Parts: sequence; C-alpha cells; structure tokens
Amino acid sequence: MLAYVIQRLLQAVGVMLAVGLIAFAMFNYIGDPVNNMVGQEASQADRAELRQQLGLNAPFPMQFARFVANALSGDFGMSLRMQRPVAHLIAERLPATLELVFASAILALAFGVPLGVFTGIKRHSWVSRVILTVSLVGVSLPTFVIGILLIYVFAVLLGMLPSFGRGEVVKLGWWSTGLLTKAGWLAIVMPAITLSLFQTTLILRLVRAEMLEVMRTDFIKFARARGLPERAINFGHALKNTLVPVITIVGLNIGGLIAFSIITETVFQWPGLGALFIQAVQFADVPVMAAYLVLVAAMFVLVNLAVDLLYYLVDPRLRGERAVAGGGH
Amino acid sequence: MRTKIWTAGLVLCAAMALAWPADAKNVLRWSSQGDALTMDPYSQNEGPTTAMAMHVHDPLIRRNAKLEMIPGLATSWKVVTPTSWEFKLRPGVKFHDGTPFTADDVVFSLNRVKGPGSDFKSYIATVTEVKKIDDTTVHIVTAKPTPLLAANLTSVAIMSKAWAEKHNAVKAQDFKAKEETYSVRNAMGTGPYVLKIREPDVRTVMEKNPNWWGWDNGNDAPDEIVYSPVKNAATRVAAILSGELDFLLDPPVQDIARLKAAPSLHLKETNQIRTIFLGMDQARSELRSSDVKGKNPFADKRVRQAVYQALDIDAIKSKVMRGNAIPAGMITSPGVHGYTKEHDTRLKYDPAAAKKLLADAGYPNGFSVKLDCPNDRYVNDEGICQAVVPMLGRVGIKVQLETQSKTLHFPKIQRGESDFYMLGWGVPTLDSHYVFSFLGATATPGSSSWNFTGYSNKRLDQLSEAMDEELDSAKRDVMVAEAWVLLNSDMPYTPLHHQVIAWAMSKKIDMPIIPNDSPQLWLARFGK
Repeated sequence: MLAYVIQRLLQAVGVMLAVGLIAFAMFNYIGDPVNNMVGQEASQADRAELRQQLGLNAPFPMQFARFVANALSGDFGMSLRMQRPVAHLIAERLPATLELVFASAILALAFGVPLGVFTGIKRHSWVSRVILTVSLVGVSLPTFVIGILLIYVFAVLLGMLPSFGRGEVVKLGWWSTGLLTKAGWLAIVMPAITLSLFQTTLILRLVRAEMLEVMRTDFIKFARARGLPERAINFGHALKNTLVPVITIVGLNIGGLIAFSIITETVFQWPGLGALFIQAVQFADVPVMAAYLVLVAAMFVLVNLAVDLLYYLVDPRLRGERAVAGGGH
Repeated sequence: MRTKIWTAGLVLCAAMALAWPADAKNVLRWSSQGDALTMDPYSQNEGPTTAMAMHVHDPLIRRNAKLEMIPGLATSWKVVTPTSWEFKLRPGVKFHDGTPFTADDVVFSLNRVKGPGSDFKSYIATVTEVKKIDDTTVHIVTAKPTPLLAANLTSVAIMSKAWAEKHNAVKAQDFKAKEETYSVRNAMGTGPYVLKIREPDVRTVMEKNPNWWGWDNGNDAPDEIVYSPVKNAATRVAAILSGELDFLLDPPVQDIARLKAAPSLHLKETNQIRTIFLGMDQARSELRSSDVKGKNPFADKRVRQAVYQALDIDAIKSKVMRGNAIPAGMITSPGVHGYTKEHDTRLKYDPAAAKKLLADAGYPNGFSVKLDCPNDRYVNDEGICQAVVPMLGRVGIKVQLETQSKTLHFPKIQRGESDFYMLGWGVPTLDSHYVFSFLGATATPGSSSWNFTGYSNKRLDQLSEAMDEELDSAKRDVMVAEAWVLLNSDMPYTPLHHQVIAWAMSKKIDMPIIPNDSPQLWLARFGK
C-alpha cells in the first residue's frame, strides 16, 4: 500500500515538473510583456532597464529554476498587468470559479442521472428520443454560442437575469460568495447552465449506456422474478451498479470544468480564474499565466491521484495485483 | 392548475421588481472591454487608466469636451522667462479627505512623476525644478524652452503629498517589491468623484464629490458611477440593450447599426485622435522579404506613391470599416494642432497611375514583399490588411500577409525586422510635434523613435527640433505647416484612415463624446 502511494506521488511530482517546464517554455514565445507595460514613448534604455528589473534577461534555466523555487513557497511573483502579487489575485478569483464549477456539477448530476435512467429504461419512448436529440445540442454547440443565446433570451428579451458579473457578493473571511444574496443567485444561473450542458449530456449518455448494460444482466432478471417493484429494481439495484464509472468520470471532469470555465467566464464576465487567465494571455502577463497553468495541472493531478487511491480501496482485485507488482520490483 | 401558474408568475415578477428597486440616486453604470490597470495615476500611461484617474484627481490644466485647455487646479499660467513658467493655483480646494490642496502637493506630484516607476516621465522630461513660491504659486523650470509644457500637464493628475506619505506610496511603482503599492487599489484626490470601491476587473464605484470646484450646474450629474469592464463584445452589447448599462464606451463596429436602432439608446460618433497607416522600410539596401535582390524598391519614392495610389480607401471604409472611418491624407487626425483639411487631402485612387509609377521605377512586373499587421490592436486591423493585399496585387505587388497579436507585432517592428508594416498613432499632447518627433525625425540608435522606415530628412529633423523650443506660436505654426508638406510629399508612410469612435448611451443621459476616447462622466446629465 505504502509503495503504491509513494509511486503515485512521485509520478504526480514528475507530471507537475513537466507541466511547469512546458508552460514556462511556451511563455518565451508569447511576446514581450515589457512592451505592454511601458508607454509608446519609452526609450530603448527604459525598456532594457525594466526587462532587467523583471529578471527577463536571465538565461532560461535560471528563470525556470527561480520560478519553481518560488512557486514551491507559494510565491508566483507580481502580475505585470495588475501590479499585485499573483497569489493574492488567484486567492481572490478562486471562490468565483469554484462556486461556478460546483453549481455546474450539481446541475449536471441533477439532470444527467435521472434523464439517463429514464432514457435507459424507456429506450423506445418518443420522450427519450427527444431528450437524446436535444442532448446532442449540448455537445455540438460551442459554449460561447450557448452563452450568448441564453443572454439574448433571458437578459435582452425577457430581462429576467443579469447578462454579466456575479451579482452581489458577501465576504466570508478571504472567501467571497455570491450564494448568500438574491442577485448572486440570479447571476449564477446562466453561467452554470452554460458550463453544465456538456457535462449533463456526457453523464446522461454514460448513465443510459450503463443502464442498458445492467438491465440485461442476470441479477436484474432475478430481481424481476422475485417480484420486486420496478422502482426498487431501477433505482435500488440497476442504478447503483452503474454509478462506479459515473463517479469516476464526474470526478475527473471537475478538473475539466475548471479548464472549460475559461470560455464561460469570458462570455459572462464571471470574475474567476479563467477570465483572469484570458486577460493575462492578451497582456503577455507571464507570472499569472504560469501560475494558472500550474494550478490547473495540480488540480488534475490531485483528482487523478484521489481517484487512483479510491480505486485501490474500492476494487480488491486491484489491491492484489498492485501488491504483487510492487513486491516484484 | 392555470391559476397556480399565474400566481407563480406574479410572485416571480414581484421578486424581480424587488431585486432591482427604482434608483433614488442617479447611478451611471458603464462599461468597456478592459479595466484601468491601476489606480495609481503615474504608473501606467494608458488611456483607460488615465481616464479613470482624472475622475478622482484634477490636473493643473484640464481639457474640455472639445479638448481645449481650461483651468484645472491652476487658474492661470504664463511663461516668465523662456525656461520658466508660473502657475497660479486655485485657492480653497480641498482633497476628498478634507485636507487643503497647496503648492506642496504640486511640487510633490511632479517630482513623483519624474521619479522611479513612473510611466509619465516623458510628459515633463525637460522639467528640471519645481519651486513653491507661496501656497498658491508654483514655478516650473525647464532645461530648454518647452512650448508644450502646458499641454503636457493636462495628462498629469495631482496627488496629495500627505496621503502618499502616509500610505507609503511615494514612488509610482516598484517592480522589485514583492508587495503591491497602496496606490494600486486606492486613490484620493481633489477631483469630481470619490473612489469608494475598487475591485479590479469586477467593478469600480465612485461617488460624487459635491464640493468639487468644477461643477457647472451639477445637480443632474451622476451621483454614483459604477464601472464594470466586460471583455466579451457581444455580452457588452447585450448588457446595454437589456438596460443593465447606461453607457458603453466601445461598441463593436458590427453592432453599431443595431444599437442605433434600439429605442432606449442613442449613439454619438466622432473621429478619434488616431490615424492608421502603413510604413515602408526605405533605408536598407535590400528588403528581406522581397524577390527583388540587390536593391530596395521602397527606396524609390515612385514605388511608395504607387502603393499609396493602389489602395481603394473608400472600399476599405465601406466594406471593412462599415463606414466608420475617415480616409486620411496625413498621418494625424482632426483635433491635433497643425491638422488642416488641406494637408489631409488624399492622393487619388488610381491603379493605372500606380502601375505606370511602378514601371517607371523599373518594376513593370511588380515585386513581392511581406506585410506585418497586428490583429488585436486597432479597429478591424486584420481586415484592413486583408483588403490591402488584393489591392496591391492588382498593380503587381505580391503581398504576403503576416498578422499576429500586438504582443508580437510591436516588438517585431521595434526590432526593425519588418519591411512593410501597419501602425496607428494617437497623439496625447494634441500637437503635431509628437508625430514628427516619433515618426518623422531620423531615428537614432537607442532613442524612443517609432520611425522604423529608415526615413531621414535633414530639414524635417531641424524643424522638429526647432518647433520643440519655439515659444512664439505664429512662428511655430509656420514650421509645423512646412514639416507637414515635407512629410506628405516624401511619403515614407501611406496614410489609411482616421479611426472613428462611437459611444452608445441610454436615453436617460446625455453626455458629449470626446475625440480622445476618454469619457468625462462629470459632464453627463440625467434627463428629467
């Protein structure tokens, strides 16, 4: 067990270093931040001096080593655009993104699972066909189109929901939440729906496929033969057995939601990490971009690690194999 | 069942009505694509940042809606000797925190502008000393005569010495520091609005300063200003259509017609102080991207004129810019001192003449060259360049187009690596000298010149230097005019057009549009 965990942790560290290196290498080609920072009147000498101050003249390995060392102590430097420590910016933006991702995940589960069960059981009903067709829209329309459509209908035509922003937020220590005010709830509706559509479709289709599979198995037939009520069979036995892959996918997709939120946040001017990242890219704000990529990679790695460890607990077969494999080395 | 739905609907409507109560105060909610970078008035010389600063602070001299100079914190100013100016300060002005404004604040502010981390040094580069004579008199000494000192001071906000010292913000910005400077998110001045809430990229809330010296019938001016930047253009447009915004600074070109048609909105348009043009490298012996070897086609004025006359600027205006551009014959815009209609007359669009010019210059079959363009800096910059390619192709110049982000485009042209490039030039000083010194005068190594064409004309260099120091405005105007004639006839640049700006606002308010694209929200008036 311990060997397995250590092995996984070492892999995680390797992945993080690789991501850091790739991200950092990429930034060398993204443009010159100095140009955005000084006015058009600045002389070459002014530019060179600023470049020196920012440490942009150091050789690449030096810059990278300094970056890793600082990042480990939580110091991602100063944002070149906002002139504030990157760590503060991220702490300020993280709550918005996490609340949005959380709301979307809840929506995706609340709609995806029941609809998946329904379409799995009543596979020939016309309602199922309609649901499946509509769900295709969720995967095929790009996020920004859905977002703009929603804004047009609910903000411009109906005037029911705000088209941008987070509404009113309440500060709870360093955390800022929009979930304690009415304006905050109204503001999160459209971004959460936009972000959740893809995941809803994914979950719906996954649950449906698993349901179709499980419904054919012997123990369902046996349950029927025992005369159990339909509801108990469908939800108590069948659904329960479909949930393992669903939980895995949902877990992994939380990371995906954070990454996908870039577009949603931009469309709705949601003041989260994604919007921060996009603006950083346009300004060639290297410290913010680096921190964001490393952070997102860290989330993926952590979720993956957690899932791996959960498997280990859930699946006894895995435990045996891994233990043997570990001992053989 | 039916009644239930109706009841639910009514409850919902009532809830909505409660969510947005009728405003008792006049709140002006506005937006544009990006936020001010900082609240510090000196650390970022960038349009939106300075526009925001000028609501909290006052400069010594302000510009009115027509961009004419009017008294600000200084009530009068005059040249005492050619290198010394006297400014009489407005008595009885108080900062937002109640402390009185004095000559000490002016001395402190101008020294802060000259100090480390300031991005405004160039505005007062010739200033060597700022002397307090008494509480309401300041002398500014310059190293050489500086006719534009007053104009340049319109860009410099005046800060409170006591406030900056108290909050350890005596320097504009220290990039070495690990902590943010207090002035990045806080500001306190003498201006028409008091900064209340500053949440970068989210919202900035300002409250009316009822004691401001400059109110002219200000009862119907906004009591509160809420600025929320919205990056996505479609969302911004939706937000003003839905009534969530009262003023939109930068509606996208393609939505202008739609906004004009909206019953709740009105649009104002004017030319911006920014002209778009193409620069040609005419100094090097051979172009890097051309099939012509051993010589540089652009070195021949006939070729440069051929490029100019091959461009159907009216087509670019109507098709690419949807009518929102003013074709240009010079590389500066109406509103800049030295601009005249006469200088701004364009050479005729004449592809046949262009072909003949090319043949006369020895390129009957044309030549190839690469054009560098930004794709996120000017209005439809990429589209303009895409239209230029076939127009030049028709006269035989085969253009290979390279468009990229401004973060890559500008460093490239600054390194002198482009043969043919697009550039736009705004003039914050509103004086032609700014154009000549940056774009016309010979570029010397290490200078801040933006003349990447290699163009060099001794007479123009002389004129540019002389007008920088000439205090007699009549004599100076003659020099400016001569310089424009030179630049127009040498054609180092092909002028394209002056950008046009449009502001969309709710019919609830009226406000003058300002060609420098910096709103003066204290001039907004709410209707009855």
